[in-house]
Amino acid sequence: MPEPIIELQGVYRDFKKGREVVPVLQDINFAINKLEFLCLVGESGCGKTTTGKIICGLLPPSSGTIHFEGQDIATLRGAEKRRHRRNVQIIHQDPYASLNPTQTVSEMLGYPLLAHRLVNGRRGTDSRVKELLDLVDLTPVEDFIDKYPHQLSGGQRQRVSIARALTTEPSVIVADESVSMVDVSIRIGLLQMMMDLRDRLNVTIVFITHDLALAKYFAWDGRIGVMYLGRLVEIGATQQIIAAPQHPYTKVLLSAIPEPDPQKTRSKQHIQLRSEDIPRLTELPPGCSFHPRCPWYVPGACDVAVPQLAQPAQSLVDTKVACVPLERGDKLVLHDS
Amino acid sequence: MSDLSPETVLRVDDLSIVYRTDRGDVRATNNVSFDLKRGEAMALIGESGSGKTTISLALIRKLPKNAVVTNGHILYQHKNKVQDVLGLSRRQLRGFRWNDCAMVFQGAQNAFNPVLKIRKQFEDTARAHGWTDKDAIRKRALSLLELVRLDPERVYESFPHELSGGMKQRTLLALGVLLNPQVVILDEPTTALDILTQRAIIDVLNDMQRQLLFSIIFISHDLSLAAEMADTVATVYAGEIVEIGGVDDIFYRSLHPYTYGLLTSVPTLDHAQDVLQSIPGSPPNLIAPPSGCKFHPRCSFASDQCQVEGPLLELGRETHLAACWHKDRLLASRKEVV
Repeated sequence: MPEPIIELQGVYRDFKKGREVVPVLQDINFAINKLEFLCLVGESGCGKTTTGKIICGLLPPSSGTIHFEGQDIATLRGAEKRRHRRNVQIIHQDPYASLNPTQTVSEMLGYPLLAHRLVNGRRGTDSRVKELLDLVDLTPVEDFIDKYPHQLSGGQRQRVSIARALTTEPSVIVADESVSMVDVSIRIGLLQMMMDLRDRLNVTIVFITHDLALAKYFAWDGRIGVMYLGRLVEIGATQQIIAAPQHPYTKVLLSAIPEPDPQKTRSKQHIQLRSEDIPRLTELPPGCSFHPRCPWYVPGACDVAVPQLAQPAQSLVDTKVACVPLERGDKLVLHDS
Repeated sequence: MSDLSPETVLRVDDLSIVYRTDRGDVRATNNVSFDLKRGEAMALIGESGSGKTTISLALIRKLPKNAVVTNGHILYQHKNKVQDVLGLSRRQLRGFRWNDCAMVFQGAQNAFNPVLKIRKQFEDTARAHGWTDKDAIRKRALSLLELVRLDPERVYESFPHELSGGMKQRTLLALGVLLNPQVVILDEPTTALDILTQRAIIDVLNDMQRQLLFSIIFISHDLSLAAEMADTVATVYAGEIVEIGGVDDIFYRSLHPYTYGLLTSVPTLDHAQDVLQSIPGSPPNLIAPPSGCKFHPRCSFASDQCQVEGPLLELGRETHLAACWHKDRLLASRKEVV
């Protein structure tokens, strides 16, 4: 049985923008299991980064609860709150913006160690910093320990960010687009290193990305959750989602992505959307938010009821989907446009 | 110059460009040569800092002030007339840009003037290049906006902020080809756009090229985009074209270890698990590049020869070329795997 380490229940998050209220997340329900590879994918504005921040406790939800190891994180105080902070870390997207340009690598890694009283004295700090650099393959460590961020390449900086997330020996790391700013030729090496950390350090990694191919590689034995306009629309085993996506949005996404293979990509069937306009979060359509664009739209159903994330009737796999026709056990029928 | 076949619209011949900086000379482009044919779509693929943008800026003479072209020619052929782009006067250059060779820059968000309607920006462009008939401009603009699958009347009278990112990108493509250029340079045409918007842009570009018959040079770090859109692919590494060939040659029969390394580091959406590998090390510093073949410090096939002598790309009759001493080793290693 998979054991959940983090559980989100009925999570909503609004942001105020002038007089408007922007619903960035609506009714998010899912669990992250211990040591699984979970990927959240979606296009910009779908709420994946906000979800990541909420998981880390960097943002409170507007409503709903987040449980970490069975405890509601909103109720945590004092030492327990600090323990949660140590236990859940985040790696940001941009290694150029997320490292302090005036600090050396050893200062950046030493500070959290001292602040959380994880080491004793200077010698303890030094040896732990070296251990961390070794973990992220910045070797020989002596070459990196006194460097400033501007003296490092993009890939090396991101390794420092990862080492910094590891300082507090977390059990969960949220990696938000952590390789998208890194050169293609070294991206996979960085990802492989992060995947190895799970086994070496017993850390659960939630990977947030817009790149489904990257998600497939990272979470091959894990799960993918697909988000659209603030809702989770499909979540299930990666291999299922890639080979047999169920939600219309996932189907459209997978059909739209070009592949690094000329014959394959040129013979790919692209599913046409009914509309290319992405609704604004402040003017979401009634019912399913995808219905104005959905090629399988059922009038009178999709524009009325908000679909709930559930396993479709008669489904043989445990993928959960939020789609009204699928919920009813109907077959999807392509809409004539 | 005389050996330019009538099919060739653009020839880059032994081009070298250096950026003068306080820290030293950055050798951003070294002995780059290629031919672009009429109607051809060529992809320049490479990582950030490989020099692909420098090459494209040189084509329209938009290099930053500290850049110096140290060698080479850029020849443009149209209606049986050949011009050396590097020798054009300021006035000739004004005519050449946009009329003959247009560039669509990365980041459509910032390409439009936010306080002018799209209509005004089309009109200004056309008038600056000698068009006077407002109705003719309008007719051409609307037909192009329709070609990029927008609602022409609505978009033409809109301000940029009224358009979404994908709509702006498409409007920019329409504006780019307003003057019917023979060559269109696209810098990262789909980067930073959402997946479904990217798909729309790719489809629109294919439509446009089919109808308007221009040649495309596009710069991208996205191999999938090259696989989908390019006829010819050139791999750029450390300011050099290290491999060039037809899209199938590059993707299925690559001869350069760097191209092959890139291909094996990109995940796919195949229903099978990907076996991927990064290229060790990182791209070189172009102020003090490695001796010999610039890829040798990262290359698993490198020999003593590679450290001393840089292999050259000899343009000849062959259409698939790679600058590597050890093509046979790469081929042999790939046969073992298959």
